[in-house]
Amino acid sequence: MKIKWTTIKANLENLSFALPAIIIFAIFYIYPFLKVFQLSVCNWNGIDAFSFSQYYTGLVNFKEILVDKIWWQSMWHAAYITLIALTFQNVLALLLAMACDREMKARNYYRVIFFIPPILSEVVVGLIWQWIYDGNYGLLNHLLQTMGWDQLIHSWLSDPKTALTCVAIVHCWKGFGWGFIILLAGMQTIPRQLYEAAKVDGASSWYAFWHVTVPMMIPVFVLVSILTVLGTMQVFILIYTMTGGGPGYHTEVPVTRILASMTASSRFGYACAQGILFGLVLLILSFTQKKLSERLKQE
Amino acid sequence: MCFFKIILKSNSVIRALLCSCIILLAGCGQQQNPQEKPSGVSRTPTTAKKIVVWHWMTDREDTFQELARQYEELTGVKVIFELYAPSDTYSQKVRAAAQAQTLPDIYGLLADKRDFASFIKAGHVANLTSKMSENNGEWQASFFERALMVNEFSQGNEYGVEPGIYGVPLDVMNIQMLYNKKLLAKAGIDPTKPPSTWEEFIEAGKKLKEVGVQGLASGWGEIWMIDCFASNYAFNIMGEEKVLATIRGEVPYTDLDWVAVFSVFKQLAQEGLLADGIVTMINKTAEQNFANERAAFAFNGSWCVNVYEGMNPDLEYGAMLPPRISRNFPMMIWGGAGTSFMVNDRSVYRDDAVAFLKWLTQPAQQAYLAKQTNNLPANKNSLSQIPPILSDFAKRMDQTTHPNTWPVQEFPIVNERMNKGIQLIIIGEKTPEELSREIQELKERELAKQKQ
Repeated sequence: MKIKWTTIKANLENLSFALPAIIIFAIFYIYPFLKVFQLSVCNWNGIDAFSFSQYYTGLVNFKEILVDKIWWQSMWHAAYITLIALTFQNVLALLLAMACDREMKARNYYRVIFFIPPILSEVVVGLIWQWIYDGNYGLLNHLLQTMGWDQLIHSWLSDPKTALTCVAIVHCWKGFGWGFIILLAGMQTIPRQLYEAAKVDGASSWYAFWHVTVPMMIPVFVLVSILTVLGTMQVFILIYTMTGGGPGYHTEVPVTRILASMTASSRFGYACAQGILFGLVLLILSFTQKKLSERLKQE
Repeated sequence: MCFFKIILKSNSVIRALLCSCIILLAGCGQQQNPQEKPSGVSRTPTTAKKIVVWHWMTDREDTFQELARQYEELTGVKVIFELYAPSDTYSQKVRAAAQAQTLPDIYGLLADKRDFASFIKAGHVANLTSKMSENNGEWQASFFERALMVNEFSQGNEYGVEPGIYGVPLDVMNIQMLYNKKLLAKAGIDPTKPPSTWEEFIEAGKKLKEVGVQGLASGWGEIWMIDCFASNYAFNIMGEEKVLATIRGEVPYTDLDWVAVFSVFKQLAQEGLLADGIVTMINKTAEQNFANERAAFAFNGSWCVNVYEGMNPDLEYGAMLPPRISRNFPMMIWGGAGTSFMVNDRSVYRDDAVAFLKWLTQPAQQAYLAKQTNNLPANKNSLSQIPPILSDFAKRMDQTTHPNTWPVQEFPIVNERMNKGIQLIIIGEKTPEELSREIQELKERELAKQKQ
């Protein structure tokens, strides 16, 4: 088959316009991505001049992660926060979205108010909540004391029984606004005629919710839950500012462990291996969620 | 060949490629505005010399700027101080710049000795020995000996670094215990005689508890402060030789002396001497607790003088050594160089950078820095003008030690596990014996890996 030179010329011309984007993408995305894989099989401290042959250790880092109890403990912590976010945070977001979807006074103000926590700086939120939870002079303990519940007063963030849940609550408070906005936007795309028709047929509010809202909202629920899982599993700043991963390892999450490997222990290779495994877990979770939602839609 | 001919003949393709290249070059190139602060050393020497200094010390920024202005007036050399805070962000920036070889002419390094050695071996730090030795070692002799030790590598050091001095100390510091005179008096303890033994300290804690005052506040949410406290008692209980032998792997962490060190924390927690929430308390919060007279004792560095001055100028306090447990060995505290500046070996202005640091560490500039920032000067010839509380700290400089001056270094992962484990002892989740066994197992694993 003869290739016309005008076609080649056109293709090259098109390619050349895309070239800057391709090169930038390759330098700032593909190269670091591949570099992480390369470093994950090396025992490099991040400072010495890097030489692959000198630092290559094979799969040692991955093997070590598999038996690293603290790493898996941090995974469980992230999963615990995610579980709370998937349930309480998203249920709260859904309830508020349903409330604001109705014809009610000042609903625009509510929308703004509910969206304030997500736009606040996470560092500021973490520090404010750290003060609220403070065992000595925190607002929460002060309130409990005022109400006469002295037996409940204690150091919320220093107690391993409450530290992780306290952080999870703050994460939910900070994050429900995103779910609220997305769910509200989803609800507003549902044709009102469907509700009117259901009403004419004598459907109760619950019946309309279950048989109209829920089926129509499945793609939005999936989107919100995927975003919640991805966002929550990678929680970091709140932990860093509120507890620093402590007490002990009780609030460590994968990202704080990766950072600890990289900066505190100067184990770049190990940190990269942790990053790869963590990315893989997130990928599997997202894929599973997507598959589940597809099955749900078919049903 | 035909393929290239097609490309070359095609004007539009060439134009498009040229456009792409220009966009790329424009995007990737560094903005060269002479008015803006330059970063890194990838510069060519120009007629007006500019020395770039990176640091993380927010409290000293204004003073540095003033000193830079004075230096420019004096020599015509412009010194640009660039502040990157907080310290952990700064530390990451320096590491990233080292990898990219874009470190500035002068920079501070927040790293342990092992990483410091890696920086030197990678060619990021200049050896200043010859400069220090000029004029019969006049510059070198002006510093506290302990201040220089942190930046020194001796003959046959375990890191394989060429012996020499690789940093210029700007100030010195040490970490001691502070006591609030008013609160001690309130608990019936003579504020002129703060507890000097462990028994007295425990007794003081009980008295403070009776009057509703918290005992010790410290930033033990930041694990290096726990490391520091534990290290003080390790030196006091078993002596320097045994501590170093443990690090070398010759003495196990399961040794009874180490169990005794970890038991210090257990006893502090059991006697109720620690401020609530100490295991997640950052040092800033601990400083607030002490400055606002909520806790009678603090464990903090000499930089606290400046911090407390800002938080509560009326605070009446004194500095003391951590109460000793054993009489067999001295109580050693962490100290030495507080802040040091390193000169980038690849800097095109290396000699000018050294000259600036030499000027910065002269008595007049050191006294000015101490006066403005309440830090202990590294130049011992400028001590006469410092406030009394700083003198309390300065008196103990001979009793200081620091991991960076030790001939051997513990594995960072072992240190982390130990300090986190101590947090768990404080909250009653682990016993000292359990922690000892756990650390020893980890240590043996790391030693085995090192041998491979």
